[in-house]
Amino acid sequence: MARSALTGTRIRERRLAIRRPQADVARAAGISAAYLNLIEHNRRRVGADLLARIAQALGVSARALDEDSESGIVIALREAAAALPPVAPAEGDIAPEADRIEEFVNRFPGWAARLADRQSRIGALERRVEALSERLTHDPFLSSALHEVLSVVTSIRSTAAILAEGGDIPAPMQARFHQNVHDDSLRLSAVAGDLARYLDRAEEDAPLPVLPMDEATAWMARQGWHLAALEGPGAVRPEDLVAASGLRGPARDLALGYARQAASDAALMPLEAFVALAREEAQDPGRIAARMDLPVAAVMRRLATLPEGAGLVPLGLAVCDGAGVLVFRKPLPGFPLPRLGGTCPLWPLYEALTDPGRPIRRSVEIAAREPRRYLADAYCALRHPMGASGPQLAHAYMLFRASPAGPGPVIAAGLACRICPRDACPARREPSVLGATTARNGAAAG
Amino acid sequence: MTRQVLLIEDEANIAEAIRFVLTRDGWSVTTHADGADALDRIRVLRPDVLVLDVMLPGRSGFEILTDLRADPDLAALPVLVLTARGQDRERDAALAAGATRFLPKPFGNADLVATVRSLDPGAADPERA
Repeated sequence: MARSALTGTRIRERRLAIRRPQADVARAAGISAAYLNLIEHNRRRVGADLLARIAQALGVSARALDEDSESGIVIALREAAAALPPVAPAEGDIAPEADRIEEFVNRFPGWAARLADRQSRIGALERRVEALSERLTHDPFLSSALHEVLSVVTSIRSTAAILAEGGDIPAPMQARFHQNVHDDSLRLSAVAGDLARYLDRAEEDAPLPVLPMDEATAWMARQGWHLAALEGPGAVRPEDLVAASGLRGPARDLALGYARQAASDAALMPLEAFVALAREEAQDPGRIAARMDLPVAAVMRRLATLPEGAGLVPLGLAVCDGAGVLVFRKPLPGFPLPRLGGTCPLWPLYEALTDPGRPIRRSVEIAAREPRRYLADAYCALRHPMGASGPQLAHAYMLFRASPAGPGPVIAAGLACRICPRDACPARREPSVLGATTARNGAAAG
Repeated sequence: MTRQVLLIEDEANIAEAIRFVLTRDGWSVTTHADGADALDRIRVLRPDVLVLDVMLPGRSGFEILTDLRADPDLAALPVLVLTARGQDRERDAALAAGATRFLPKPFGNADLVATVRSLDPGAADPERA
């Protein structure tokens, strides 16, 4: 109902904004004015086909009218506001009205979508600049090539100056300097050629996004999060699958790690039987793990990467290491997993880190204009890869699904402090760019 | 008595050019290409000025300089460090390690000679010092 209400309101606001009579739009969309009236007043749901026709009649994209996409736009605009430097505006400057982002999105969906898209692009470009800067500073090839160029140029400059100045230079020494300049010019040609080839390749190798984890995650998303080629008769090796991915460097290493893990999980939990059990146990990782006598973490990974459909509810998965850094992100609509910066410390993911080995199930409400509830299963697994004398490594898993009526008390959480409207949150680590907000956003029982 | 410069530089062609221009200026120049035993060489030779490259096999110029400044016998030795142009980090590291002066590569011969001279007031004319 929430989706319908939001979409209907947006349709009405758009129609009024362009001053088109209800009857005109209804006719263009192939429905009656009375039916459009019901939609606009949030009393009828709108299917995808009809939404597309209404959007066309209103001269906007269906995405601009759709609540699911709006959620992403609102989040992107909040991130845009959060990305502004935290300085007092100069005299005459007007600070962005962060508390009115949703109103802005409602009234100007096209502009809002364009801004959100720009913000996403800016973020990607900033990360690319960081990566290139990092490369210039630390890339061993560039560093070595720069040293080589400077050495050769220094030698050529000094030697050529000696020869140009003339004076009393013994003939054998003069011949030797000529030879040195010649040798150095050959070295310079070689290193210049190497540099040009390297930079050409670097340009080809650096498409957006540039963070290795983003690239590996994007690859998993393109596979539908399920690496079917690794399963069943005729399964290919993870190395061969990833070799065909086009990924390079660290992104390829990460993807290979994902693929190896997926192959190992698939061997432990054959697809057909596992899907049947997942249905039977309502995708409850704790119960499935108990019935199969397998690690909860492995079951969570397998549940999150099953093929779409098959009568199963879509599941998101976040995995973090002991430092709380997300090392795997499979988001859900309305519950994106921030790529950079800290996430909400109230996620059950982090509660699991403090209580390793115990499955945790929590209802979580993510703050938004229309807060959404999710059911989250979390679990922290410990590893000791170097035995008793080595460090203990923790990985926490959080498997989550949309669940409007989740059980028990609800944790009032968010995505990240900077874009979270819950003013009174006890876990807040930094101010929100949204400023003081209404009570409705923080109303969930903690 | 001719003043002595010890040049620690692993690039043979650079060393040859520097040796030529400093020798022509009246200095006695000894070259050494390895960072690992550079300090031993300095202790034995006791130069009036040390010209030190940063990127050396065995040990970096910064490591050599740091040890040199920690040695009471050598701490006062004027040291010219040859850094990479545009690499502020190298320049800062050279000064932090105790460089008396630094000269970014690539440099002009006249600048090199003037800088080496400036490191030893008595060596304005090295052969007369």
